[in-house]
Amino acid sequence: MQAKIISKNVNVYYGTNHVIKNVSLDIMPNEVVAFIGPSGCGKSTFLRLLNRMNDFIESFKMEGEILIDNEDIYDSKIKVEELRKKVGMVFQKPNPFPKSIYENIVYGLRIQGINDKKYLDSVVEKTLQQVGIWNEVKDKLHQSAMALSGGQQQRICIARTLAVEPSVVLMDEPTSALDPISTATIEELIYQLKKQYTIVIVTHNMQQAGRVSDRTAFFYMGELIEYNDTRELFTNPKVELTQKYITGRFG
Amino acid sequence: MNNHQITINRWKDKIFYWYGLICTVSGVLILAVFLYSIIIEGWDRLNWQFFTSLPSRRPSSAGILVPLLGTLWIMILTTIIAVPIGIAAAIYLEEYGKKNKFAEFIEVNIANLAGVPSIIYGLLALEIFVRIMGLGRSLLSGALTLSLLILPIVIVSTREALKSVPKTIREASYALGATKWKTIWNAVLPSAAGGILTGVILAISRAIGETAPLVVIGAMLYITTIPTHPLDDFSVLPIQIYNWLSRPQKGFIENATAAIIVLLAITFILNGIAIYLRNKWQSKVKW
Repeated sequence: MQAKIISKNVNVYYGTNHVIKNVSLDIMPNEVVAFIGPSGCGKSTFLRLLNRMNDFIESFKMEGEILIDNEDIYDSKIKVEELRKKVGMVFQKPNPFPKSIYENIVYGLRIQGINDKKYLDSVVEKTLQQVGIWNEVKDKLHQSAMALSGGQQQRICIARTLAVEPSVVLMDEPTSALDPISTATIEELIYQLKKQYTIVIVTHNMQQAGRVSDRTAFFYMGELIEYNDTRELFTNPKVELTQKYITGRFG
Repeated sequence: MNNHQITINRWKDKIFYWYGLICTVSGVLILAVFLYSIIIEGWDRLNWQFFTSLPSRRPSSAGILVPLLGTLWIMILTTIIAVPIGIAAAIYLEEYGKKNKFAEFIEVNIANLAGVPSIIYGLLALEIFVRIMGLGRSLLSGALTLSLLILPIVIVSTREALKSVPKTIREASYALGATKWKTIWNAVLPSAAGGILTGVILAISRAIGETAPLVVIGAMLYITTIPTHPLDDFSVLPIQIYNWLSRPQKGFIENATAAIIVLLAITFILNGIAIYLRNKWQSKVKW
């Protein structure tokens, strides 16, 4: 099977700071891959390479190649807006727009100039069903999304991402600001979404990586230390550093 | 620390408490006394006739129709001119402008402009709008003058509002495939709208109280025609007040105080709207 995402010898510099060191890794379609590692290890930076969110950092410089669906996403011919439609992102802290639930969901469509109400209505219902929140919010679609709980807000943010029909969903510590119950619902959701999407999730929580992912990549000081089947990595790590990290001897 | 020292510090604490309280109350008290005396003197004069009459040589038949309409005209024209320019400039400076020497230079100058005495703006406007552009002593000249005056305020407050929109909102928009412009227009501006609106309203309420620059460009002290066109001659409430206060008759003083009540009412209402919007937005948008 052809890998969905291929990265080859990727190096990233912020000014003179070498933050990603020669990382190569492949992600298969409909796979959930978790990135773990201590703070500042480069896992978020690497995740943000995949939808080019690092482009906003002035001193950012990258070497190497990242292919998604066999296209070099850092090629100058690539339209970054198109890339970001294909590679959606969910952030650490729920960040709904200060608009209604409905307007949050259709944001990505409206900016593409899609205003057909019937179509938008159907997308809103479909994506809210997908994230399992339709019954909770269907009577208050036109109320502010800011009034919802953190867990609900995060699911709105996921629905908003799905509305533009991405094939890859990046999640940057999506549950770190949520309570345990909301966290469980999001994890359950990730398991559901995997059928249709390729998911890359950064997490601080090793149990979470164990629960939701097929494969796990362990980063340390900008290097990819180990990348393996999640069960294998957690039960039988090949590298001593990985073992030290997953047993909590540093982090 | 010994007991003696603690006692002294407690005393200092008390003294400062009372000092602060007196300072706070005295400000409010002075305003209250001022309002009270104004209202006592002018309240009886506020009747239908006062609002609907043209100026007159007899105080009892004079009214504020012309300056009131002038003030409303000026308010609307100034908003139309200053708000789009101010917001656009702020968006450029905050979102597009590179952080270089030129940007610094512009920034320092905008801050300086906010501190320039308003009469200087009047002199500039007299030369540019009234003479060079040939707009005469018209409503349009007046509105352009006041627009110059409040532009720095609109720009600074809009920039503050844009700055307060968290990065996460921009990221959310970009991550959905939005361009920079779409992000600013659809995500950042709506999120900053409360702050921008508050700043704009406070700027407008400052503008309608201005007298000096309008006197300089030649707003009329005595005018008997209702302004119906942006190029018409005009007067505004502060100038009418100034005019009446300089008359010797007692009746005109009473008229002036009544006009002050109207002007204050307009400013208070505008400020009230600004406060209401700010609170409403703050309760809606919690970052």
